[in-house]
Amino acid sequence: MKVPRHWRETPQRYRMEAGKCSKCGSIQFPGRVICPDCGATEMETVKLSGKGELASYTVIRVAPTGFTDLAPYAVGVVQLEEGMRVMGQVVDCDPDNLKIGDRLTTQFRRINEEGKTGMILYGFKFVPDLGL
Amino acid sequence: MKEVAVIGIGMIDWGELWEKSLRTIAVEAALKCFADAGVDKVDTITIGCMSGGLFNNQEHLGSIVPDYLGQRFVPATRVESACASGGLAVRSAFLEVASGMAEYALAIGVEKMTDVDGGEATFALATAADQDYEAFHGITFPGLYAMMANAHMFKYGTTLEQLAQPSVKNHFNGSMNPHAQYPFKVSLEQVMNSTKVADPLRLLHCSPITDGAAAVLLAPVEKAKEMNKPYVVITGVGHASDTIALAQRQDLYSLKAVEVAAQRALKMSGKTIKDVDFAEVHDCFSIAELMVMEAIGVVEPGQSGAAVMNGLTALDGDFPINPSGGLKSKGHPVGATGVAQVCEAVSQLRGESGKRQVKNAKTALTQNMGGSGASSVVHILEARS
Repeated sequence: MKVPRHWRETPQRYRMEAGKCSKCGSIQFPGRVICPDCGATEMETVKLSGKGELASYTVIRVAPTGFTDLAPYAVGVVQLEEGMRVMGQVVDCDPDNLKIGDRLTTQFRRINEEGKTGMILYGFKFVPDLGL
Repeated sequence: MKEVAVIGIGMIDWGELWEKSLRTIAVEAALKCFADAGVDKVDTITIGCMSGGLFNNQEHLGSIVPDYLGQRFVPATRVESACASGGLAVRSAFLEVASGMAEYALAIGVEKMTDVDGGEATFALATAADQDYEAFHGITFPGLYAMMANAHMFKYGTTLEQLAQPSVKNHFNGSMNPHAQYPFKVSLEQVMNSTKVADPLRLLHCSPITDGAAAVLLAPVEKAKEMNKPYVVITGVGHASDTIALAQRQDLYSLKAVEVAAQRALKMSGKTIKDVDFAEVHDCFSIAELMVMEAIGVVEPGQSGAAVMNGLTALDGDFPINPSGGLKSKGHPVGATGVAQVCEAVSQLRGESGKRQVKNAKTALTQNMGGSGASSVVHILEARS
C-alpha cells in the first residue's frame, strides 16, 4: 500500500481528530464535509477524549493477513463520551472477560506491519480505563 | 412504467469449480436461462459481480460476458454493491424493461472466488467494509456480524441456540437442493461446537466461499403471456443504502437499510409482509437471517430467535425462509447470490422446486445485502398464470 494513503489519515489515527458541525453540534469521526444529521457544511476540527463504553465486541480467531500473529484478539465498537461510536482493537485485557458496558480509553499503539519491507502502521487501540 | 416479468431463470451447480473460469460459469448460467425462456438474443445485459478484479484480476465484465455469450455488440454493464451486486443487477435489468429501453434484459450474477487462497478472499471481501476505519483495525466480515450478534444478544437476550438454528434449518432445506454447495444436514450441536471464527460466530454460522453464477431474463409482461405457461411478475423493487461503517449506524442490533428497502418494495407492490408467502434472505451469517426477519417485519424486533426455534421459518412453517438452503448451504458466490435468490423465488412460484417446494406459494420476497448491512436490495415477486 502506498504511503499517502496512511499519511493523509494521520490526524484521525494519531490524534483522534473529529469533525464538529458548527450548526447542530453533532460530532463525526472521521470528519466529513457535510453533516449527516443536519446537512450543514461548516465543520470545525475537535479532538476526541478517546474515553467511552464498549457497545459491542468480538474476539477474532481467524485473522486477516497482517494480523495473524495477534489472534485471538478483541475488536470493539466503543461509544465515546462525545456521543459517536468508534471501532478499534481492545487490548491489555483478557478478551474472554470483556463485557458490553466496560469502560475503555485509548492509547497510541502499533496496529500492524505491511510485510517485511512495508510500512509499520500506528493508530489508537482501546484499553481498560482504570481511571488513572 | 411497464409491468416486468421474469421469463427465464438459469442456475448452475455451485461449489469449488476448479475446472471452470469466471467467464465460463457466467455463460453457463446465462445459457440455462436462455433455454428456460426460449430466447437466444437479448437487448441488454447487466452483470452483478463484486470483485472480478480482486478474485480473478479480471475487470471489464461488460465486454467479456457478452463476447463469450454470443451477444457481441449488445450493451452490457457490470454493477457492484458488494454482496448485493446480484440484487442490484436484477434491479438494473428491471429498470431497463420497465422504462421501455429494452424488451429482453438479462441479469447475470457471478463470482469466482476460489482462484485466490483464503487470505486473499478474506481481503477481497473486506473491501466491502470501510477500509480506512474498519479493516485497518483487523476486523473481518465474520467479526462485523459477530459484533451485531453480541449486540442483539445483549439487547434482546437472544441465545446461542437461537443463533445456531438458522444454520440447521437452512442446511435441512439445502439438502434438497441439487445446486447447493453443501447439500447435507447439520445438527444444532454440530453448529454450536464448530470451530470458532469470531466470537460468538463459529464456522457453521458462516456462509462459505463459493464459485457460482445465476441468471434471470426479464421482459415486458406481454412477452410472458405469449409463452402460454405460468410466469412470475416483479411487482416491487426496493433499494437502500446506509453508513458503510458499522460503528456509525443508528444502532448495532438492527438493519435499517434492509427495513427501508423492504418497505419501499412492499409499498410499490401494494402489499404488506403479511401478504408474502415466503422469502429468500441474505443469511451470510446466521445472525443476519435473524436480524433480517425483524427488519422486513416478519417478527417484531427481538422476536426472531424465538420464532426460528418455534419453526415459523421452516419449510412447513407459516413463513418459510430460505427454502433454497440460503447462503449457508447453497453457497455464497457474492455477486451471484442476489440473482440466485430471484431464481429460487421464481422456481418456487412456478411450483418447480421439487422436494423443497413451499406449499401454495403465490408471493415471494427476496432480500440481498451488501457489506455489514450498508446496502440492500429487495424484490417482491408474484405468480401469474
